[in-house]
Amino acid sequence: MGDIQFEIDGQTVTAVPGMTVLEVARKHGIYIPTLCHHEKLEPFGGCRLCIVEVEDRGWTKYVVSCVFPAAGGIIVRTRSEKVDRLRKTILELLMAHAPDAPQLVELAKVYGADPNRYESDPSFCIHCGLCVRYCAEVAGKNAIGFVDRGINKEISFVPEIAAQYCNDCKACFPLCPTSYLQAAFVYAQAMTCSTS
Amino acid sequence: MARLETPEALESFRQEILSRRDPDSPCVSICAGAGCVASGADEVIAVFEKEIEAKGLSATVSTKGTGCPGFCEQGPVVVIYPEEICYLQVQAKDVPEIVAQTIENKQVVERLCYKDPATGERAVKESDIPFYRSQQRTVLCNNIKIDSKRIEDYLALGGYAALAKALGQMTDLEVLEEVKKSNIRGRGGAGFPAGRKWEGSRNAKEPIKYVIVNADEGDPGAFMDRALLEGNPHSILEGLILGGYAVGAHEGYFYVRQEYPLAVKNIHLAIQQAEHYGLLGENILGSGFDFKVIVHQGAGAFVCGESTALMTSLEGKAGEPRPKYVRSNVKGLWERPSVLNNVETWANIPLIIDKGADWFTSVGTDSSKGTKIFSLVGKITNTGLVEVPMGMTLREIIYDIGGGIPNNKKFKAVQTGGPSGGCIPEHLLDLQVGFDELTKAGSMMGSGGMIVMDEDTCMVDVARYFIAFLTDESCGKCVPCREGLRQMHRILTNITQGKGKQGDIELLEELAETAVEASLCALGKSAPNPFLSTLKYFREEYEAHINDKRCPALACKELINFYIDPDRCTGCGTCRKQCPADAINGDKNLIHIIDQDKCTRCGTCFEVCPPKFSSVVKLSGEPVPDPVPEEERTIRKKTKEKG
Ligand SMILES: Cc1cc2nc3c(=O)[nH]c(=O)nc-3n(C[C@H](O)[C@H](O)[C@H](O)COP(=O)(O)O)c2cc1C
Ligand code: SF4
Ligand code: SF4
Ligand code: SF4
Ligand code: FES
Repeated sequence: MGDIQFEIDGQTVTAVPGMTVLEVARKHGIYIPTLCHHEKLEPFGGCRLCIVEVEDRGWTKYVVSCVFPAAGGIIVRTRSEKVDRLRKTILELLMAHAPDAPQLVELAKVYGADPNRYESDPSFCIHCGLCVRYCAEVAGKNAIGFVDRGINKEISFVPEIAAQYCNDCKACFPLCPTSYLQAAFVYAQAMTCSTS
Repeated sequence: MARLETPEALESFRQEILSRRDPDSPCVSICAGAGCVASGADEVIAVFEKEIEAKGLSATVSTKGTGCPGFCEQGPVVVIYPEEICYLQVQAKDVPEIVAQTIENKQVVERLCYKDPATGERAVKESDIPFYRSQQRTVLCNNIKIDSKRIEDYLALGGYAALAKALGQMTDLEVLEEVKKSNIRGRGGAGFPAGRKWEGSRNAKEPIKYVIVNADEGDPGAFMDRALLEGNPHSILEGLILGGYAVGAHEGYFYVRQEYPLAVKNIHLAIQQAEHYGLLGENILGSGFDFKVIVHQGAGAFVCGESTALMTSLEGKAGEPRPKYVRSNVKGLWERPSVLNNVETWANIPLIIDKGADWFTSVGTDSSKGTKIFSLVGKITNTGLVEVPMGMTLREIIYDIGGGIPNNKKFKAVQTGGPSGGCIPEHLLDLQVGFDELTKAGSMMGSGGMIVMDEDTCMVDVARYFIAFLTDESCGKCVPCREGLRQMHRILTNITQGKGKQGDIELLEELAETAVEASLCALGKSAPNPFLSTLKYFREEYEAHINDKRCPALACKELINFYIDPDRCTGCGTCRKQCPADAINGDKNLIHIIDQDKCTRCGTCFEVCPPKFSSVVKLSGEPVPDPVPEEERTIRKKTKEKG
């Protein structure tokens, strides 16, 4: 079933209204890389790695597939020279912060990303927001959030809530694509212990 | 006066207000806008009131504090009606003379009139001042005629006539059609046709819809929206009600930045007054149309002006853009159809409904209709707000209205469109201003910022400066903007410091492409503009910095040296005394020399060396000549020299 038909990488796919291009692609076993997407969470659209090329009535545009709604008649290309170039730059920008994150290392091979292209500043968190959103949307605890904005944006545990729930939960830990979340938690814990 | 129950009642109330006013009796209008208040307008107003009272003139002469007419640099601005005599830079001490001379004796106080710096000629009337003469002020013109706290002033000038006309004689669809026909494009940024945006909301299935005023005005240095909000709030309110009627919304919002407390106050007051007369609220003018307005104060981050961030913030969440491919006019505030327009856009709506779309389209270029307010600043003689017909050339704005570049400097570029706009070079000065014209030139209209730059401006440094601003203002949600801009800023900084490398331009281009194509919101998508436009028109400056470690504009501190020309130095000692680094060696009758190791390149010596000597020079990309040997440093007075 499915009342929308369109094309991804030459293959005809079907979808129901409300589905995103990423969902449709996954359903049909077509791979699109993502860093900030998680099936259980609201789309965030922050990493921009899932960018694809869409041809719609003769117009070509670049959209992120995790939020782009499936529409009849469009032609989606998950890889093209430009898509690959954009993904390569995004990976290189992230590797300046987290050069050893396994997912990034893996993807870097595919897109020929050079981890040393940009000045490095190993701060590890890549701001995918998975931990923050998981805690808010699934765990329902809001024990961790983003503070500040722009290049100063950081994740931060809310000490009172974290002290109460995190030790028994830790459900967001495996979601983190870098080792940063765990480190931040240990650090936050050390801080609370030493002050209490 | 009670509620006005019909359009006719509004009209007779207007006549009543007019009949109470004698158009020939003198009225002193003093600008009470932010710029003039900063230069003492409040005191001037108070002294006028006192003086008029003391002379027993209160019955015949009125005083009012008005909105900003734009010529802030020359404030406080005072205009005396009915003659429209305009006095500039008026201080409290000038007031008795003005009252005695101009009001009692009908004499002009010449010294307070505008004086043309070139010809020395005086201009008595506001409209004779060159700054105003070439403008076409249809939106801004009422600012100086209105005490923004008095709805009667707005009504006297025909205010709410458009609303009465719409509700009394037009269907909601006809109002929409008129706006569509006017072809008005949004004044806040992208220039999207307002009528089409409205139609999308009107046609959206969801029955509850909203109309919103974007009064965030995040562009640093821009104050056109502020001038309208503070000076003529009813015009925006009237536009918003008309918009609500046309799209079928019954609720409107003003999203005003926190830094504009006076605007917030004036809007609240305007809403109260409009409600009092039945121009807002339930059953407006007896038409059956209900509309209410809510004022929201934003936290004042630049990104909050972006449409999805603004709506998220209105919903009470952190003002971050949302990743959506469904337009806000269909799914916006609380997922409902929402029309968001800029302050100036809304202020144009009553004029369009009142005078008709044909009147509006008679001004402008093919694709950009009407007038546009610009905030003209930088290296220009007359700074301030200017309103011009679309299609006027940059040259006309900069030279005829702005009075050109001061200090005999050469024009280099004009940056338009706010921080993420672009720089337009001299050979394009005859470009007509319009949305598409500016975009084609690699810049944009934005909200109307215009910064004029002269020959002393380094274009690489300009790009660095704006990218730095945008890096700070990025919300940090998406990678191409947060990380891309951070790296662009770092590379540009290196270039201006003489640490540029081969390949830097290409790296910047790649980062720019990624930000433009892959950013989540328009902040990131347009952020590379300052770099891209300066690279397009001033590539040789980038290359000089990278290849020759030379700053052609002699502006980048790390790439210049100060040097005293031994043939010109008179040993006056001015630079030596003022150098904060003690880097200058000299004495009476000794040629001065700069110790390059001690010099911090602050430029003090360059600025203080008397112009008739101009002995201090800037060097870039060339070695500094060796200092004059000790035995040759004595200055022999040339005139007294023998044989
Ligand atoms: C980063 C950013 C900041 C913006 N700031 C403002 C602003 O301060 N005022 C404004 O009216 N529009 C601003 N805009 C444009 C708005 O998103 C929107 O396009 C506009 O308010 C729509 O109104 P208009 O069609 O009348 O121009 C901004 C856009 C971006 C991307
Ligand atoms: S800590 Fe990990 S999961 Fe959380 S935002 Fe950073 S990278 Fe993502
Ligand atoms: S482009 Fe910049 S401001 Fe816009 S969402 Fe991305 S990080 Fe935030
Ligand atoms: S630039 Fe400044 S520090 Fe250098 S010599 Fe001149 S005044 Fe002194
Ligand atoms: S997965 Fe789509 S933007 Fe991150």
